[in-house]
Amino acid sequence: MFPASRYSIQAQRCIRALKTVQAEHAPSQHYTWGRNCSSAVMPRITSHYTIFPRDKDPRWEGVEMERFADEADVVIVGGGPAGLSAAIRLKQLAKEQEKELRVCLVEKASQIGAHTLSGACLEPSALNELFPDWKERGAPLNTPVTEDLFSILTEKYRIPVPMLPGLPMNNHGNYIVRLGHFVHWLGEQAEELGVEIYPGYAAAEVLFHEDGSVKGIATNDVGIAKDGSPKDVFERGMELHAKVTLFGEGCHGHLAKQLYRQFNLRENCEPQTYAIGLKELWVIDEKKWRPGRVEHSVGWPLNRNTYGGSFLYHLNEGEPLVALGFVVGLDYTNPYLSPFREFQRWKHHPFVAKTLEGGDRIAYGARALNEGGYQCLPKVTFPGGMLIGCSPGFMNVPKIKGTHTAMKSGMLAAEAIFPKVTAEDPASETAGLHIPEYEDNLKKSWIWKELYAVRNIRPSFHNYFGLYGGMIYTGVFYWILRGKEPWTLKHAGLDSAQLKPAKECTPIEYPKPDGKLSFDLLSSVALSGTNHEGDQPPHLTLKDDSIPVANNLAIYDGPEQRFCPAGVYEYVPLETGEGMRLQINAQNCVHCKTCDIKDPSQNINWVVPEGSGGPAYNGL
Amino acid sequence: MSPASVFVCLSLTLLSDYPVIRVKPDHSGVVTDGVKHSMNPFCEIAVEEAVKLKEKKFIKEVVAVSCGPTQVTETIRTALAMGCDRGIHVEVSGKDYEAMGPLQIAKIFAALAKKEEASLVILGKQAIDDDCNQTGQMTAALLDWPQGTFASEVTIDGEKVKVVREIDGGLETIKISMPAVLTADLRLNTPRYATLPNIMKAKKKKIANMKPADLGVDMVSRVEVLRVDEPPTRLAGVKVETVDDLVAKLKANGTI
Repeated sequence: MFPASRYSIQAQRCIRALKTVQAEHAPSQHYTWGRNCSSAVMPRITSHYTIFPRDKDPRWEGVEMERFADEADVVIVGGGPAGLSAAIRLKQLAKEQEKELRVCLVEKASQIGAHTLSGACLEPSALNELFPDWKERGAPLNTPVTEDLFSILTEKYRIPVPMLPGLPMNNHGNYIVRLGHFVHWLGEQAEELGVEIYPGYAAAEVLFHEDGSVKGIATNDVGIAKDGSPKDVFERGMELHAKVTLFGEGCHGHLAKQLYRQFNLRENCEPQTYAIGLKELWVIDEKKWRPGRVEHSVGWPLNRNTYGGSFLYHLNEGEPLVALGFVVGLDYTNPYLSPFREFQRWKHHPFVAKTLEGGDRIAYGARALNEGGYQCLPKVTFPGGMLIGCSPGFMNVPKIKGTHTAMKSGMLAAEAIFPKVTAEDPASETAGLHIPEYEDNLKKSWIWKELYAVRNIRPSFHNYFGLYGGMIYTGVFYWILRGKEPWTLKHAGLDSAQLKPAKECTPIEYPKPDGKLSFDLLSSVALSGTNHEGDQPPHLTLKDDSIPVANNLAIYDGPEQRFCPAGVYEYVPLETGEGMRLQINAQNCVHCKTCDIKDPSQNINWVVPEGSGGPAYNGL
Repeated sequence: MSPASVFVCLSLTLLSDYPVIRVKPDHSGVVTDGVKHSMNPFCEIAVEEAVKLKEKKFIKEVVAVSCGPTQVTETIRTALAMGCDRGIHVEVSGKDYEAMGPLQIAKIFAALAKKEEASLVILGKQAIDDDCNQTGQMTAALLDWPQGTFASEVTIDGEKVKVVREIDGGLETIKISMPAVLTADLRLNTPRYATLPNIMKAKKKKIANMKPADLGVDMVSRVEVLRVDEPPTRLAGVKVETVDDLVAKLKANGTI
């Protein structure tokens, strides 16, 4: 239907650039994909068992599929601020009330903090509640904010915007932290309290009781070859059963995606809308270092209708380190936009370049974040489990902070669960406990008040004046009225539905990276330390292998090759004959989840790879 | 008489394959804080071989040993999860750990092997962070035991061990008598995964704690690191049109 021989100039340039990329990959198997009515001989891309079930696969006949199972009182999926805060709070309550409680936490990263990425300016409100003595315990909050700057950038100039107290972006009283280190410290506190933490084991499957309530999770199987067949070292994952399972997978979790469908948790809220955040750590020239300084900007290089902006924080941890990054709303409409390249070119702005000149880049990473706020909060409890943290999405978008609300949600979950799991008779209708008190507690807490007050700021950007309309709205309604206006604005809808066809948009000419301030994608990915076991099925699964070329490339010019911050997706020419195919370099993946969110065909389903795979962020 | 116990000596290394390593500002070493550490891949192969030998009933007990700070217990637990019976953690931390090199480690392993009356000591051939390839050989020399290094195949034959070694010229097969020291090379086996149920069970296995002083080993290093630098950045290549140009360029930069 779509002639594969017609490509845009941009696509051809991409192809030529990508040809020089050296990607090591096993030769793909060629299958005539008759089942999708395509006559082209397309190499098979997806081999994961979630798309091709193993019980129908002859290669799996006779393989032992029994799983070892263990029982805990509470199982937590995800070792981030929410999951760890929930675990810590549970154990604190157990200690106070002298009760026994087995809490198990599984985390896909090889060590706690290795998949954590954030700006970050931490508001210590939740931490003060969790550990009033955090300073004595050595929490790595070393950089109190001393200066707060906000700018609107044009191509060459900068318009300063006063940071009046009361504006959501004001950071007085907050700390600049390296969230990975903070999360690592939380992990140590949790272990001291007796939480069983298992890094390197990903929760791959949700388990259900006969009555449909959640029974627990199963960790990932290991030893499956790239083509989906079992290897000699194949071992089944393990089942962890619990009275209640908490899901704290972070923004756009893959198990949460399944739970939304299973329990219809999103029927009364808007679809979540997201942004992608890219971040780098730089060691700069000491003369330019201003520890405690927080800089934010909007405007250039984005146009007024693309939501996004930058951050640059000067850390105070011994050496002249700055954390900087760029956020682009994933409701952008131009398929030629590359968030990574916007980030790289932003660094050339005179105001930014003067800080970075003479410095060295030492780290890189990326992650999707929530932008939906109040309007997009789903139901967070269901029989046998609950959602905490950025998974349902408690981020305060104008403040650009979600850590304090994530931690608080974990703590509220723990406080609601504790009496139920330690009760003699849980009096539950379902085998897995349903604890709606958690949702009630959330609605009474400061999380709800905070999110309600800022609910209209992000959607206010959807007007003709875009960014400027949004800023005026914030100034008038938030700063003066504090969100008390009686209406609630709506978001634009699903991010994946926002892309316009490529022929309606203009390709963006990005400058070449200069190797000093801006860099190419592959050297950046190398700095993320990401890696995966090569011989496993790609964890970026496609529901239909033929759709990328037929739909994404033909109509949208393959936006996934631009929005992926790790170079996972490449359209390369077929080895024989005319046409292109999608090549998935799954080993590069940094687990940001952007592809699952932004794919216009919603054909990509991110599932969890073998545990320990993924980025190796150190204090990002 | 079948051998009683086998020692597998583990190394905890910076996984230098792919994480980001940078030199400390004072050039005294590399930054190790927060960087992922895990079991040296060659030591994983060594553990796998020892566990395989136990499964084939050639040996009775596998003991996993490692020297270093508290982090090292995680590595020993992984070895226990793969099938070792018990562990020994020789605590070395702080300045001693930074100065610790193959000679000190070999002395510790040798002292332990003698103390526990091991019949076989299996190590990885080299650690991937320093690539020294010395510990196994030094341990054998200190114990005055035969050594089968770069093993790609190990078979126990009564009181002797047949080792196929990977050498520059190809494969060399030797027969050595026990007690002996073996070092594992890449193709010896494919290590099994340490699955979560085994990690949980491993928490119940014993890890004994001791210090180098308990074994009578002095940790003084005879090597002093003067300076650590990053390798020079690779310069872009230059293309020349003719052979004469090439000769002229080579003469110009002093190569010929």
